[in-house]
Amino acid sequence: MAILADNKTRAVVQGLTGAAGTFHANQMREYGTLIVGGVTPGKGGTVHEGFPVFDTVEQAVAKTGANTSVIFVPPPGGADAILEAADAGIELIVCITEGIPVLDMVRAKRVLDARLSSREPSEGSLRPSAPSRPAPTLLADARPRQTLPRGSAAGEAGGLPTRCRLVGPNCPGVITPGATKLGIMPGYIHKPGSIGIVSRSGTLTYEAAFQITELGLGQSTAVGIGGDPVKGMDFIDCLSLFEADPQTRAVLLIGEIGGTSEEEAAAFIKANMKKPVAAFVAGVTAPPGRRMGHAGAIISGGKGLAADKIAALRDAGIAIAPTPADLGTTVAKLVF
Amino acid sequence: MKIHEYQAKQLLGRHGLPVPLGIPVLGADSLEQAIQEVIGASKSQTVAVKAQIHAGGRGKGGGVKVAKGVEVARLAAGQILGQRLVTHQTGPEGRVVKRLLIEEGVSIARELYAGILVDRGCSRVVVMVSAAGGMEIEEVAARAPEAIVKEHVDPALGLAPFQARKLSYALGLTGTAARNATSFLQKLYQAFVALDASLVEVNPLVVTSDERVLALDCKMTFDDNALHRHPEVAALRDLDEEDPSETEARAHDLSFIKLDGSIGCMVNGAGLAMATMDIIKHFGSSPANFLDVGGGATQEKVTAAFKILTADPDVRGIFVNIFGGIMKCDVIASGIVGAVAEVGLHVPLVVRLAGTNVEQGTKILAESGLPITAASDMADGARKVVELVKRQVS
Repeated sequence: MAILADNKTRAVVQGLTGAAGTFHANQMREYGTLIVGGVTPGKGGTVHEGFPVFDTVEQAVAKTGANTSVIFVPPPGGADAILEAADAGIELIVCITEGIPVLDMVRAKRVLDARLSSREPSEGSLRPSAPSRPAPTLLADARPRQTLPRGSAAGEAGGLPTRCRLVGPNCPGVITPGATKLGIMPGYIHKPGSIGIVSRSGTLTYEAAFQITELGLGQSTAVGIGGDPVKGMDFIDCLSLFEADPQTRAVLLIGEIGGTSEEEAAAFIKANMKKPVAAFVAGVTAPPGRRMGHAGAIISGGKGLAADKIAALRDAGIAIAPTPADLGTTVAKLVF
Repeated sequence: MKIHEYQAKQLLGRHGLPVPLGIPVLGADSLEQAIQEVIGASKSQTVAVKAQIHAGGRGKGGGVKVAKGVEVARLAAGQILGQRLVTHQTGPEGRVVKRLLIEEGVSIARELYAGILVDRGCSRVVVMVSAAGGMEIEEVAARAPEAIVKEHVDPALGLAPFQARKLSYALGLTGTAARNATSFLQKLYQAFVALDASLVEVNPLVVTSDERVLALDCKMTFDDNALHRHPEVAALRDLDEEDPSETEARAHDLSFIKLDGSIGCMVNGAGLAMATMDIIKHFGSSPANFLDVGGGATQEKVTAAFKILTADPDVRGIFVNIFGGIMKCDVIASGIVGAVAEVGLHVPLVVRLAGTNVEQGTKILAESGLPITAASDMADGARKVVELVKRQVS
């Protein structure tokens, strides 16, 4: 089992021929990921490092049956790459690109949300009444025009667009150890197991996976949801998938300062989860009003403090790792 | 990126938004002429003299004065320009005022608030207004959250006219003033999007006695990730408002923030960098900085980062904490060795390496003959650097 990605995952790499795309496509292939091709406009028809290259995601999907895309496109074109993947019927989009302008993501997210709300049920409906969440659209018909989809699921669903999930941007990606690696994380620090990891940070996720592996446990799936303020899947989306996944016995959640996602996750866990959850929140020492590397990691107006997040998680009965060196031991205690 | 009030108002003016007549003053020699021009053009003797620093609370800190006539205004300006201004946002050390804005006096009927930012909770831009102008919005939010009225914007539509009207009427405006406010809010949203701002606050947004609506103060912050498509905004950066080590770090594309502790940190990844700061605090000391060298750092970049740390007189010890993913441990090790060869090493250095190419990295450090303390994991490293720094002090 595991969540989001498994050995049925067939991935294309958008931005394959760039330095990062080339390096990581090779790394993913070495890990065992089924990379069925790449997309670089203008290089369609060529073969790059043994991967067939297409001009558009639409062509790649038609020729290879890809259901997943991993994006390494540079930031100015990052949001457009996400939209192209969604339009081509890709079901899971993992966007690694860091530095996409936030208003580009606001526009892209609007399209994805409209698409998600056009199919039921969605995990979005499991959310505790999110504050001030507006109706997804003010337009009469927000559904994309029927030039799509070619994805098989969509056709069966009576012409409605394929359900499309986005992980990231600005994230390390998704790994289901032993099955598939969709991203930039080092593969060897993971091993198949029963702990689900969901994290806003990249390298801190590696730290967590490594500690869990060293303790002799392993991961069902590790998801880096990314550090940007406007992004695809959030904690709650991943938590509800882990709750339903038979392989996962416990979840480690890694948050950081900024926003209120950790507080919303705490409320969700309390109300909806039977599986035990451990958590760590980075940034107790961060000064207010400064952006700590991640665009999302900023404390402003007294909101987003690490202390508030930790208190909310603790109130929900979640085990808190006292330091980042205790990520593994804290979650291990929950399954032993 | 932040800019000054006068720069924000110039941008608003260019986007068709009404702002008071004002002239920036960048040095004492152009002061008198600026005052005379503003008085001459506005046909009123009253001018406002406003300190231009990147911090709020300027009024309460004595950085804003209203004066009548050239002579009084010149004296008022003399009391601000070149002085150290302390507000609740500058910290106790304050900020030296190097720029002023001389502005026409405005006859105010009402003071309101308008702000635009991205609401990350729903991934939409939100336009907020409040009738409690002049007060900080955080304070209004804490005391009377119902006084803040919001409209979320569909990015495909922009702020619809009906939404802008709802906001204007919610402020209790009528007639000409309501029409002017509606137009103001729509243009403000358009400017926000056109400039890739991350925050625009007009506080106060004033209604004059003749029912005009204009921005009496304006604060703008921009999305650093979008500056590449706005060179005219990027050019507004005022290096005097930044810590020199942060300017140096940006030149090398490093994510760096100066803090007030004694242990310098060099880490890859923002989350791990914050966690490293936290674990230093946990073991009883405090971090001198946040530094994320990023994923694909070169040896030159690592060397530059290391030099920034060693140049800081507050740094009494250095902790390098690397979990190599894309970043390779041997690149980090070579960067450190290169930097020490250039600038020397005068404080204890603890290095923890894990992940990609860890063996090669450890070997490079061991063979360098440098006095480096190796750490087995992140807790071990933090404990060691805190102890070494304490021992050095006592």
